[in-house]
Amino acid sequence: MSTNLLDLQRRMASAVMQPLTRSLTTRRLGDDGQSNTRAAEQFLKPNSRLTALERLQIYNQQYWYRLFGCMEEDFPGVQAVLGRAAFERLMRAYLEACPSASYSLHNLGARLPEWMRTHPKLTAPRTRLALDMARLEWAHIEAFNAAELPAFTPQAMAALHADTRVRVQPHVRLLQLAYPVDELLLHMGNDADDHCATSNSAAAARKSHSVRRVANQRPQRIHLAVHRQQFQVYYKRLVAEEFVLLTALHHGESLGAALEAAFAKSRLSEPRRAAQVQAVFQTWMKLGWLCPQEKKNSRSKR
Amino acid sequence: MPANRFNGFTDYGVGIGLRVPHYQHIFDKKPVVDWFEIISENYLVDGGRPLHVLDQILERYRVVQHGVALYLGSAQPLNREHLRKLKQLVRRTGTRWLSDHLCWGSVDGRYTHDLLPMPYTLEAARITAQNIRQAQDFLEIPIAVENVSSYAEYHVSEMTEWEFLNEVVERADCGILLDVNNIYVSSRNHSFDPFDYLNSVPAERVAQIHIAGHSKFEKYILDTHDHPVIDPVWKLYARAIARCGPTATLLEWDDNIPSFEEVHREALKANRYLYAGQTASATPQLHATKQPALAGARR
Repeated sequence: MSTNLLDLQRRMASAVMQPLTRSLTTRRLGDDGQSNTRAAEQFLKPNSRLTALERLQIYNQQYWYRLFGCMEEDFPGVQAVLGRAAFERLMRAYLEACPSASYSLHNLGARLPEWMRTHPKLTAPRTRLALDMARLEWAHIEAFNAAELPAFTPQAMAALHADTRVRVQPHVRLLQLAYPVDELLLHMGNDADDHCATSNSAAAARKSHSVRRVANQRPQRIHLAVHRQQFQVYYKRLVAEEFVLLTALHHGESLGAALEAAFAKSRLSEPRRAAQVQAVFQTWMKLGWLCPQEKKNSRSKR
Repeated sequence: MPANRFNGFTDYGVGIGLRVPHYQHIFDKKPVVDWFEIISENYLVDGGRPLHVLDQILERYRVVQHGVALYLGSAQPLNREHLRKLKQLVRRTGTRWLSDHLCWGSVDGRYTHDLLPMPYTLEAARITAQNIRQAQDFLEIPIAVENVSSYAEYHVSEMTEWEFLNEVVERADCGILLDVNNIYVSSRNHSFDPFDYLNSVPAERVAQIHIAGHSKFEKYILDTHDHPVIDPVWKLYARAIARCGPTATLLEWDDNIPSFEEVHREALKANRYLYAGQTASATPQLHATKQPALAGARR
């Protein structure tokens, strides 16, 4: 590793990634309080048309345009909930705090929901609604790109017993939400057909006026599975017991333990519980949500 | 000349970038296209539609992988996870060579997602060449490095960009993805003669050529891939073909993407130059014979 090259690359990257001014130009002062003009002149050449700072600014602007555009595509629901100005403030703060740590722009928004949870002021007064929307939109992206494993056959499903541990399909994401944000996205014309491979983005066409209308609805606690069928992402509402059961299975509990957890607080009668279990397993089988657990390496048993 | 060890001894014609707005047209119309270039990073996912689409494309077309984030010029070691995933994709696509840029873009685990220019120093050439060799050894296919468009130059540079390119590819023993539009853009931004650049490129190492459009601003030119190819770039392309021979050529169009037909028509203009020096009978019948040959070759 070269210290000279590394030092230059650190200085350039730091300059390129520094926030822009409100008028989308490079700041006069860097984070260290030093003149950016002088800093740029130290490692970049001017030419007859552009100063060193102006040349740096091309990269500085492109960095923010690219990343902001990506977040705008991936989180249109959050933008619709917050409005453009608040969304821009949120994104600027998020991208400053959580710059990309991946070779793929697909992962740029991975830390947004957690980061929003710890920075509620930036999304006030619609903090919880915006957070739920971010969680849903990120789950959508994950479901879009996740693996799909061979599901249990009906015969294998019939042979499951209380001690069996199963695996929930990797593309199934389970969310407990305080707002019906799935409806919000549907109102925005969130058609999975519009999702694309290059940007991994949510649908482009959004109807913010209808979002505003729905956004004013009261909170409503929902349980949601975000999943994929035939390469399209869908949202499926779950009843509370179903959600707990699926979550427990996802965490590696045995079927017996998961069923116990699911109905621990349930007011359903025993016959209705049995009927519900039968119904959800039939649905999950149709959807291919349950898969055999990966076989452990025999050497690890020693 | 064009079929060389840096492009897997292939003789591909004119391709275009595989882009989402064209998926439906391609599946519905099944147009005859010599080959598609994919952006590798768009397919480094575990499942879902991107890989499903890719598999459908691979059933009918040749695909070459082009990367945007390997950052071969980085002072720090290459991302092993990235390389591992790239190798999986290489096995899936059967790409005969793989390209990425002669640039850097990440440091200390933070990614700019830009193609940042290299300082043209011997030290940078040595490190870049070492990275390319490592990647080539790991991926087990030839790598071609692409010259980038740039908007800035470093004080520490000790040589021209083309001298740097030569230094790197000789040290790494790798191929070149010669982007003639990038040469044009950089020549305007840095006031050099693009033919000086072109004439110094080691023709025997050119695995592939990129052509594209760009955007002009008052004080500089930006490589935007959102316009047709302009005449001065076609002239550079003609010169490149004259030096290298008929070489696999790819039109990049990544923004304000028009219809498939328009993009393909623009790309096929390259045929005017590709076989200009050959007799009609010697000119490959690209549209009539390439497809069946492809499917067999891939298997």
